[in-house]
Amino acid sequence: MRIPSGRRRHIGIILLLLLALIGCLAVATAIGSVSVPFGDVLKICWNKLLPFDFGPTWRTVDETIILDVRLPRVIGGALVGAGLATAGVLLQGLLRNPMADPYIIGTSAGSALGATAAMLLPISMAFLGFGMVPMLAFAGALSTVFLVYYLARVGGRTPIVSMLLAGFVVSAMLTAFMFLIITISDSLHSRFSSVYGFLMGGVSVSGWGQIAVTAPIILVGIMLARLWSFRLNAFALGEEGAAHVGVEVERNKALFLALGSVLTAAAVSISGLIGFVGLVIPHALRLVLGPDHRIMIPACALAGAAFLVIADTLARTVASPRELPVGIITALIGAPVFLYLLRRGGKEYSL
Amino acid sequence: MSAIEMKRVCFSYSNGLVLRDVELSVRKGEMVGLIGPNGAGKTTLIRVISGILNARQGEVKLDGLDAGRLKRNALAREVAVVPQQFNIPFAYKVEEVVMLGRTPFMKPFRDSSEMDRGVIMQTMDRVGVRQLVGRYFGELSGGERQKVVLAMALAQETGLLLLDEPTAHLDISHQVEMLELLAEMNAKRGLTIISAMHDLNLASAYFRRLVLMKEGAIVADGPPERVLTSSTIAAAYSVSVHIQPHPLTGVPQVVVLPSTAAAERLRHHSVA
Repeated sequence: MRIPSGRRRHIGIILLLLLALIGCLAVATAIGSVSVPFGDVLKICWNKLLPFDFGPTWRTVDETIILDVRLPRVIGGALVGAGLATAGVLLQGLLRNPMADPYIIGTSAGSALGATAAMLLPISMAFLGFGMVPMLAFAGALSTVFLVYYLARVGGRTPIVSMLLAGFVVSAMLTAFMFLIITISDSLHSRFSSVYGFLMGGVSVSGWGQIAVTAPIILVGIMLARLWSFRLNAFALGEEGAAHVGVEVERNKALFLALGSVLTAAAVSISGLIGFVGLVIPHALRLVLGPDHRIMIPACALAGAAFLVIADTLARTVASPRELPVGIITALIGAPVFLYLLRRGGKEYSL
Repeated sequence: MSAIEMKRVCFSYSNGLVLRDVELSVRKGEMVGLIGPNGAGKTTLIRVISGILNARQGEVKLDGLDAGRLKRNALAREVAVVPQQFNIPFAYKVEEVVMLGRTPFMKPFRDSSEMDRGVIMQTMDRVGVRQLVGRYFGELSGGERQKVVLAMALAQETGLLLLDEPTAHLDISHQVEMLELLAEMNAKRGLTIISAMHDLNLASAYFRRLVLMKEGAIVADGPPERVLTSSTIAAAYSVSVHIQPHPLTGVPQVVVLPSTAAAERLRHHSVA
């Protein structure tokens, strides 16, 4: 029996997912409360990207809607999905735990507390299109992971079990603290819907400024994760096993943790806490592609992006003009798809 | 040159001393069986040699290089380890597990190559697990798994292989198969092998040199005839045994002697 040469298959899978993502982006950009013909959407994008221009057959207001409103939002959704799915696969691989998701070591509680605090603060300032809420959400997520990592660290090592436990406890504490703030603060009482919006998740990108900041963070994070993915594979052998095949365990653990946390924090800063993407996309793809992170990381990034673009489009259209929290959609589509994959072929799913 | 040179090595966990003044020199191409009661320090010795633990005192040289100063990646090209227990999360296929043995040779922009695939095919052939390609690691029997892990360790292409009781959970036919494989790697490819062994008779049958440990120290070192004597075994394991030469091969074999009371009970039972 021969071993299938992985590379050609990998390239095929990536191309397929890339095409699917581009398709989703195009369709999602065309759909919305103001209907713009699909052909016009493509032409508008073409004109913007390439020197050769089509003559405009559309209203200038349509062009503004497509380029300045919908496109940044759709691309923002793609970035969030890519970041969360990649963070999910990184943490599942690192912790050898299929139940891990991007929020497992405290990023969700930290960012929620940060966002709540920002809503409470009287100051309002914006930086590169980011208000106080996304900035403090980002900072809250990262500082919580630092805190958890520091608390779990004993004698130069950070055992995974300690980290999971510390993450759980710190999350519980920060969440309690957040609800305390909400309960005692009158001004937050009246703004409970914005807190709720953050907790349920929703892509809130209102222009290119936010994309310009989050896109480099998320894209570079995914590329670095892919470059070092062969070391993440070795973590499947356990920490000692990974060391036996030449991986500096503590250094790489810190590295993958940092990558996963930065990706999550960047995603959360423009979307709040969207659940399910980081858990279900890696699972679904692992069932189809196997656990090798060299293919899983790029595949998760692309599939996560496409998935969230679809979910976000549904979130803003199904109950239009009302916008649903995208977290509801991700769970409602994600769960059945996941269950189908789980039961497909009747084979026991080995974790 | 020696594959391993350990001088006055001490190691202690926070709760007590585990290795005391270990002096061990292993020539290239030797096959050494490490024996001793539970808690004697066999696993700790293996972890110190493989660089998982750093000796508190003394020096460990692998192939003339100071093990404490080697980077993990360089160390993984010197010494491969087959651990006692091995489980792997997620549905890894056999060839994917063996490929993990190539990790020390991978780099960020070169993480899969034809050469790596060639090497893992060869090692799977040598160990006799080529027909398992495509199967999930988790679905294999204990004996098959152990051979796949051996293939992974061999894919590291090191000169030194450490094994921690590789036959511990196997039935007798798989135990023999595993040890035959090791003997063959040793004889044909000059692989230096150090293996902790539970079964003294198998150790005696397959290893020309045995190292007996007790309470963190090496108490006997030499051919089975010198290490497996009733007095050394009684001292190390606190059991009384009878040593007799194997009727066909002549290597010493260990026969346990039940206590007088137990023997007495058995005799009554068989008479009745």
